[in-house]
Amino acid sequence: MTVESTMENQYAALSPIFGRLSLESLPLHEPILVATFAAVALGSIALVGALTYFRLWGYLWKEWFTTVDHKRIGIMYMILGLVMLLRGFADAVMMRLQQAMAFNGSEGYLTAHHYDQVFTAHGVIMIFFVAMPFVTGLMNYVVPLQIGARDVSFPYLNNFSFWMTTAGAVLVMFSLFIGEFARTGWLAYPPLSNIGYSPDVGVDYYIWALQIAGVGTLLSGVNLVATIVKMRAPGMSMMKMPVFTWTALCTNVLIVAAFPVLTAVMALLSLDRYVGTNFFTNDFGGSPMMYVNLIWIWGHPEVYILILPLFGVFSEVTSTFTGKRLFGYTSMVYATVVITILSYIVWLHHFFTMGSGASVNSFFGITTMVISIPTGAKLFNWLFTMYRGRIRFELPMMWTVAFMLTFVVGGMTGVLLAVPPADFVLHNSLFLIAHFHNVIIGGVLFGLFAAINYWFPKAFGFRLDPFWGKVSFWAWVVGFWLAFMPLYVLGLMGVTRRMRVFDDPSLQIWFVIAAFGAALIAIGIAAMLVQFAVSYLKRDQLRDTTGDPWNGRTLEWSTSSPPPDYNFAFTPVIHDLDAWYDMKSRGYVRPTGGYRPIHMPKNTGTGVILAALSLGCGFGLVWYIWWLAALSFAGVLAVAIGHSFNYKRDFYIPAETVEKTEDERTRLLAAGA
Amino acid sequence: MSTDAHGDHAGHHEDHGHGDAHGHGTLRDYVTGFILAAILTAIPFWLVMTDALGDNQLTALVIMGFAVAQVVVHMIYFLHMNARSEGGWTIMALIFTIVLVVIALTGSLWVMYHLNTNMMPMSPHDMSQMP
Repeated sequence: MTVESTMENQYAALSPIFGRLSLESLPLHEPILVATFAAVALGSIALVGALTYFRLWGYLWKEWFTTVDHKRIGIMYMILGLVMLLRGFADAVMMRLQQAMAFNGSEGYLTAHHYDQVFTAHGVIMIFFVAMPFVTGLMNYVVPLQIGARDVSFPYLNNFSFWMTTAGAVLVMFSLFIGEFARTGWLAYPPLSNIGYSPDVGVDYYIWALQIAGVGTLLSGVNLVATIVKMRAPGMSMMKMPVFTWTALCTNVLIVAAFPVLTAVMALLSLDRYVGTNFFTNDFGGSPMMYVNLIWIWGHPEVYILILPLFGVFSEVTSTFTGKRLFGYTSMVYATVVITILSYIVWLHHFFTMGSGASVNSFFGITTMVISIPTGAKLFNWLFTMYRGRIRFELPMMWTVAFMLTFVVGGMTGVLLAVPPADFVLHNSLFLIAHFHNVIIGGVLFGLFAAINYWFPKAFGFRLDPFWGKVSFWAWVVGFWLAFMPLYVLGLMGVTRRMRVFDDPSLQIWFVIAAFGAALIAIGIAAMLVQFAVSYLKRDQLRDTTGDPWNGRTLEWSTSSPPPDYNFAFTPVIHDLDAWYDMKSRGYVRPTGGYRPIHMPKNTGTGVILAALSLGCGFGLVWYIWWLAALSFAGVLAVAIGHSFNYKRDFYIPAETVEKTEDERTRLLAAGA
Repeated sequence: MSTDAHGDHAGHHEDHGHGDAHGHGTLRDYVTGFILAAILTAIPFWLVMTDALGDNQLTALVIMGFAVAQVVVHMIYFLHMNARSEGGWTIMALIFTIVLVVIALTGSLWVMYHLNTNMMPMSPHDMSQMP
């Protein structure tokens, strides 16, 4: 079948109402999917029933879905990340099980058609709908508090960004039960992802999910850059910003600079698929290699978008739990900025084997190795901060130490892969898989868990239970090493990624070990959920009345836990780095009177409506339901323009309310003292 | 600023005006910008329609030049950018953007033109016979 004939046939025999959607699109022949659907459907019915029974819909809509409060939006991002983590991890367990079983003539339990979707969905979900929401949510929650602001620069945009990300996630979840997901690997390289080789809806789900979520990511990047640049408390010069805020700034600059490239590449691929252009086809002058080149110009900065904020988290945690000012603040800032710039000139190391010559490969190999210098400087800064400090091994600090030990190994295998001749041997092998899981789990996830344990008391007013936290910690850390060290071994022996069945029986033992590692990680995730539940039940024992449970150093610990809607009754004035520590050591007295009304943004449901319409548009485009796509798109435009005429966007919190809230805090502080 | 700065409200509020050095431009600026933009658009059309230069590649390059000039006109007259606006942040963002665009473009060209390094030696005639 040639590409041309596919293009001609592509739109033939479409139903004008349902496009190419029919009953056959439902995967009724896949027992695993039918069982999953039954479980999900029952769970959803139970959830909806419970929400209705307890009359929570109004509360959810008014207080959460339509909120423009950066704190609540941050929490919703974290919940989205957690839910999608469960989905992405389920995919991971399925892969581990399949690979441990499929030896000695056994085909395992997954068909090729299903297995290929599983590994694609795992990658896409873990990067775009787990790591990104977690990181964005964290920055959303913490940054305004750290810089002494009452909200982000564009509160409504923040709500809209969140719902666009969610709409992308929902579209990916649709693909589980309606049609299928891409079978191309997480970056959907053409020509495989082009219409000739992937005529089904999978790649279209991929494209539109990323395009919709990408709008959210880009706008939240713009929002946070503006917030950090324009809304810092008086006195907080750039070099007095907390390190986490610095890393958040660099990450959001990277988002703003890199995500448009992804949007453009996806747009070109969708033109190839929908209207028969030839940007990335094999013939008619197209070049699939250009796609690989462009997508990694986005893809490599993306890696640093994920890790940089967590470097900030480790800096805050190390300095707090050693009771010392961070060693080498200035060098930390410069290292972060240098990584930001360097992350743009290393992208070719993802395709050393594509055929560029020695000169190109050695340039990108060397730039890649150079990145390890600022990263190494950061690691030494953390170690020197700990040196002769009074270290408290609370959970956030434990995760930080685990990160240092794990990430260094991942970093070193990364430098190894940066040597082009070595990469020719290891490219697309399980060694690469082990490497990037080593840095993403060991760096991004461990950092997120440190951050969750660190800032949870700030967000909810009670600490997380340490016992279940430690169970989760050990299960995760040991599970990680058990799951991924065998993959290094297998990779060195030449096993390539994305394999479904194996011929060589001597390899099986390694996959079985890796499967046990995955089981341990499952225990780690379960223990974390138990930790949340237990902490909620024991919230009175774990209560934080001071607002400063860890003897913190940055501004977010100066306000109550959880902070009031307006964050700070009076905007703090900054004199030094580690502003709160400085205030405490200078004998700061909290003002208890003279409150004034506080100007705040009003909630709006526009973000939810726009995201829902975008979801409809994406679904219509995936299934060629043109009327749905056109109507939804027109709806998006109409609602967006309509909202711009809504001038009633703000209100004042009266001084009496502020006084009441602050008096309550005064009482709590006095009771605690 | 930070006490009361919800950017997307500022437009409808008495606290409008951030005290920064950026103006919203005068009518004269907009008219100048519009005329320049119109001229810079008309010339490329004329070049293509009359084939005045007689060489497609040269025409393409000249049009690219006009496009760059067009971008600059937009930035100065419509976006009101100069070295001082927003306390120097605008110009810094612009420099950063230019650096990245240059990296992405030159890098891509360099990479893509090097892709045949490991291919079998091939004469131009062989190349033209390729499918």
